[in-house]
Amino acid sequence: MIHFVLLISRQGKVRLTKWYSPYSQKERTKVIRELSGVILTRGPKLCNFVEWKGYKVVYKRYASLYFCMCIDQEDNELEILEIIHHYVEILDRYFGSVCELDLIFNFHKAYYILDELLIAGELQEPSKKTVARLISAQDSLVETAKEQRSTISNIIAQATK
Amino acid sequence: MAGGVSSSSIMETLFQRTLEDLIKGLRLQLIGESAFVSKAIEEIRREVKSTDPHTKSTALQKLSYLASLHFHDMSWAAFHVVEVMSSSRFSHKRIGYHAASLSFHDDTPVLLLITNQLRKDLASTNEFEVSLALECLSRISTPDLARDLTPEIFTLLSTTKIFVRKKAISVVLRVFAKYPDAVRLCFKRLVENLDSSDPQILAAVVGVFCELASQDPGSYLPLAPEFYRILVDSKNNWVLIKVLKIFAKLAPFEPRLAKRVVEPICDHMRRTGAKSLMFECIRTVISSFSEYESAVKLAVVKIRELLVDDDPNLKYLGLQALSVIAPKHLWAVLENKEVVIKWLSDEDPNIKLESLRLVMAMVSESNVVEISRVLVNYSLKSDPGFCNEILGSILCTCSRNVYEIIVDFDWYVSLLGEMSRIPHCQKGDEIENQLIDLGMRVKDVRPELLRVARGLLIDPALLGNPFLHRILAAAAWVSGEYVEFSRNPFELMEALLQPRTSLLPPSVRAVYIHSAFKVLIFCLHSYILQSESITSSFPDNLVLGVSELVLKKNMLEGSELTTCEAPSAHRSEGFNPRNQSYEDLSIKNGGDRTINHGQTSTPAFSENIFTYDSIINLINQVELALGPLTGSHDAEVFERTRHILCFIELIKGEITECLVQKGKTLESEEMKASKIIKLISDAFSEELGPVSVSAQQRVPIPEGLLLKENLDDLETICADFQVPESNLFSLGSPYYGEEVGVSSFGLQDKEESEPSNEATSLLTEHRKLHGLYYLASEKNEIVGNDYPPANEPKLQVNPNNDTEDLVKLTVQSLATNKKPNHAKTRPVVVKLDEGDLVTVTAKRPETKDDLVSGAVREVLLGSDTRTATSQSNPSDKSSSKRKGKEKINVDRSELKENLGDSEKPKHENPSSRKNKHRISGKERRHKSAGKIGEEREENGQKGMQKSSHRHARHKAPHRSDAPLNVVSQTPVIPDFLL
Repeated sequence: MIHFVLLISRQGKVRLTKWYSPYSQKERTKVIRELSGVILTRGPKLCNFVEWKGYKVVYKRYASLYFCMCIDQEDNELEILEIIHHYVEILDRYFGSVCELDLIFNFHKAYYILDELLIAGELQEPSKKTVARLISAQDSLVETAKEQRSTISNIIAQATK
Repeated sequence: MAGGVSSSSIMETLFQRTLEDLIKGLRLQLIGESAFVSKAIEEIRREVKSTDPHTKSTALQKLSYLASLHFHDMSWAAFHVVEVMSSSRFSHKRIGYHAASLSFHDDTPVLLLITNQLRKDLASTNEFEVSLALECLSRISTPDLARDLTPEIFTLLSTTKIFVRKKAISVVLRVFAKYPDAVRLCFKRLVENLDSSDPQILAAVVGVFCELASQDPGSYLPLAPEFYRILVDSKNNWVLIKVLKIFAKLAPFEPRLAKRVVEPICDHMRRTGAKSLMFECIRTVISSFSEYESAVKLAVVKIRELLVDDDPNLKYLGLQALSVIAPKHLWAVLENKEVVIKWLSDEDPNIKLESLRLVMAMVSESNVVEISRVLVNYSLKSDPGFCNEILGSILCTCSRNVYEIIVDFDWYVSLLGEMSRIPHCQKGDEIENQLIDLGMRVKDVRPELLRVARGLLIDPALLGNPFLHRILAAAAWVSGEYVEFSRNPFELMEALLQPRTSLLPPSVRAVYIHSAFKVLIFCLHSYILQSESITSSFPDNLVLGVSELVLKKNMLEGSELTTCEAPSAHRSEGFNPRNQSYEDLSIKNGGDRTINHGQTSTPAFSENIFTYDSIINLINQVELALGPLTGSHDAEVFERTRHILCFIELIKGEITECLVQKGKTLESEEMKASKIIKLISDAFSEELGPVSVSAQQRVPIPEGLLLKENLDDLETICADFQVPESNLFSLGSPYYGEEVGVSSFGLQDKEESEPSNEATSLLTEHRKLHGLYYLASEKNEIVGNDYPPANEPKLQVNPNNDTEDLVKLTVQSLATNKKPNHAKTRPVVVKLDEGDLVTVTAKRPETKDDLVSGAVREVLLGSDTRTATSQSNPSDKSSSKRKGKEKINVDRSELKENLGDSEKPKHENPSSRKNKHRISGKERRHKSAGKIGEEREENGQKGMQKSSHRHARHKAPHRSDAPLNVVSQTPVIPDFLL
């Protein structure tokens, strides 16, 4: 299973963290510090796997972002690379040629998309289309609520309640 | 009043900083990050208390942003998270759930409050709300939560909404982990999902079984037919990869399984275009089906494809696969050796490391010399990290199983010396251990060992490198212990006392000083022996000459001595009693020992090396060098220095006299000084052997000694204290002669070293009498404390000296393996017992008897061993058992039918289908009966399955030669219940 997912920028800034195994806040910062030290220093044409404390970390760089996933020894590295690629493609489709800034300003959306892709450290939805459909369905759910809320009458109703 | 509140809330709503504002502000960094963040947190604290749900949720969203990416604590907001979670609006709820899965953990106190909320959301008609709750449960689930929500999960496991069902399936894993009894309720429905035609459901459920099977594979054997069907039918790579993993885990438990699945796996390997699936097939074959020659051959072909690929990922995985297969099929590595060696110089350190491991796997007795030489040369050119990896793996490979593959120990010792001089070498500890270990274990190598040690000691440049200090300590110890092989002990003494030794840490320095003591004793002793033999043959001439020298010498040294002796003489008075007692003790000890070594050793140097002149010089040299150390603050250094200086003081007066007098009063009793020297020399020449790891265990526990069984409290004390392995051959042991009674360690040492003589002989006695009660593995326990006569070392002439190419070397290794023609026979290596040998056998995965698998077995196999935690009512249980028994008759006919069907090998297993129909039919009938009814039904089912196994077991012998079907393998399963 996947123990955690990290998105780290080339400068070492953390852009997303998702923990599927219990890690305390202290451990989390330690893990991130150690791993970014290991991964960011690796050159461009090397393999995408790093052995780390009895686990394996599969990472891949897309533009200025490193997508890292930590897995067990017996897990399949190539499968994880595909999952990472999957995630990036879905993000790309959702944001329209995604860039780091998109993820910075929409960090919660990146989480929601990840939550549709993985659950409990396992892949739950291999179809990109389905994930995109699910996300847009939830978005529209939120949008209609927002529209309702932001009408003048609603605000007045609230103020005078 | 009310208007005031709402107007403040509307102000808040309108002017609240949004998430975007927060992020922009953070990026602008006008006032510095920490100041900005603390200001933002201040705002959030205020806003999150707002009554307006929008303001509240936005505040929470900002807080989760800061918590997840800037690691700010948000535990204080736990209650607000719960509030937002319970909002009726989806947009707010989502923010709340996200915050919860981010910040809650199993100990968060408010978890008690969310049970009802989760239950409500799990039953919601909005599938996205259900999804949120499941998501949350996958992240945080306590035993209480899991128990309370099991019914809801159970319902969701068979919901028609695929989107929800797949999530519920994945979440079940976490629920099982926290609340094993949930297995009894949910497991059957989980299994039913294996038959689903929907690929997402199948992927999810197979993923769950993959995780479950990794904890306790044995319990899931009964499901093998289902997995087999998926393996054959599924076209989905994600699913196939997981199924392969499951089979890899099941295979060791059921040998007959392999026959069935190897073919389909090979088919997948041949056909698939996806590298991930292909690699999974390879891994499954090499890790679990390595006895199937054809499958392994195919896998090796595919590995080769990976190895020659340009993609570094595939290269790396190919190398990893090879190292998995290496222990069982070394030919696979040898076949690909060119490629493997080529990547020793890859730019990727990970790939280099893997290829190094493989190269080491190819090392054998016949090529170890050449491969090591090439690797050492290579290490000189590589970066420090990899250099040490190389050195480490050479050291590790060569010392494996007590130097199993080493034939020419002289070569190995000089290799160790060479390694120590490699600039990046940081393997000091390991080299130190091996130098000392070799000295103690291999008698024949000692002269060469001393030569290497001398080389290291006399090089002043090495003293400056802190990584080498441990090696130098070993070299110093060797030079003291085996000084009799030295050509020139004076040179050794000079090296041991050189001024740059001040750079050494005190612990190493103490070893240096003690070794100097041994060298001094050796010189004095040799001198006495020599002068005795000389005086007996040429009594007058020499003594005259010598006495002349004495006079001259005395005059010369007078000035030197006064300078350095004044302070030490002064101080020594205070220590006198102690020194005295120590001398006595050492004499006693020396007397007790059997003296066998000291006198027989024949000095290899020319005779006239120990002249009176040189001896006096030596003594002066020692005094001069060690004098300043009497002020040392380190106890060890100080004590060693005192020992040696007091000893010198004791003998100094007499050694001059004795020689003068010797000519005149030849008949008189032996001089005190020479007696002391002889005795100490005897003490030192006592041979030190390796101490077994289990030596301590053989010491009988004295009566009345209460040992604490549970040493858990120690763990907290020694949490970060690691016991170095060098303790086995602690440098303390050489001193034990003098330290008896002085330090408490003396006793311990004695205990540890003595048993090798007495206890082991007692043990063998006992073994002879009661051999029955001993483990067979202990029989090579005492290979010997006395060394068999050494073989004459001959020079090994190696015809392949010039070859630098490892590829050729490995070829030779194959060729020479067949006709081992060692020019030199292997010297005896002392092995103590099985404790020395690190057995590297592959262990079968242990069957962890945890709660989940217990429950699973119960459901699947109808195990009689109910787990202790089972909370179901005993009366209920017994009644259900009865019920099960009643059903046996009915079921038997059905099962017969099943078994009959299953004998026909078909891709789609009919029995499983049938089984499903039957179960689902039952399910429908009992659905209305409610929870208790269902549980009962569950138990009844259990009884049925149990009966089916019994039935099948009876049948098994008759069909032993019938074509094996996976279903027929279930009978063996009860074995795992034992």
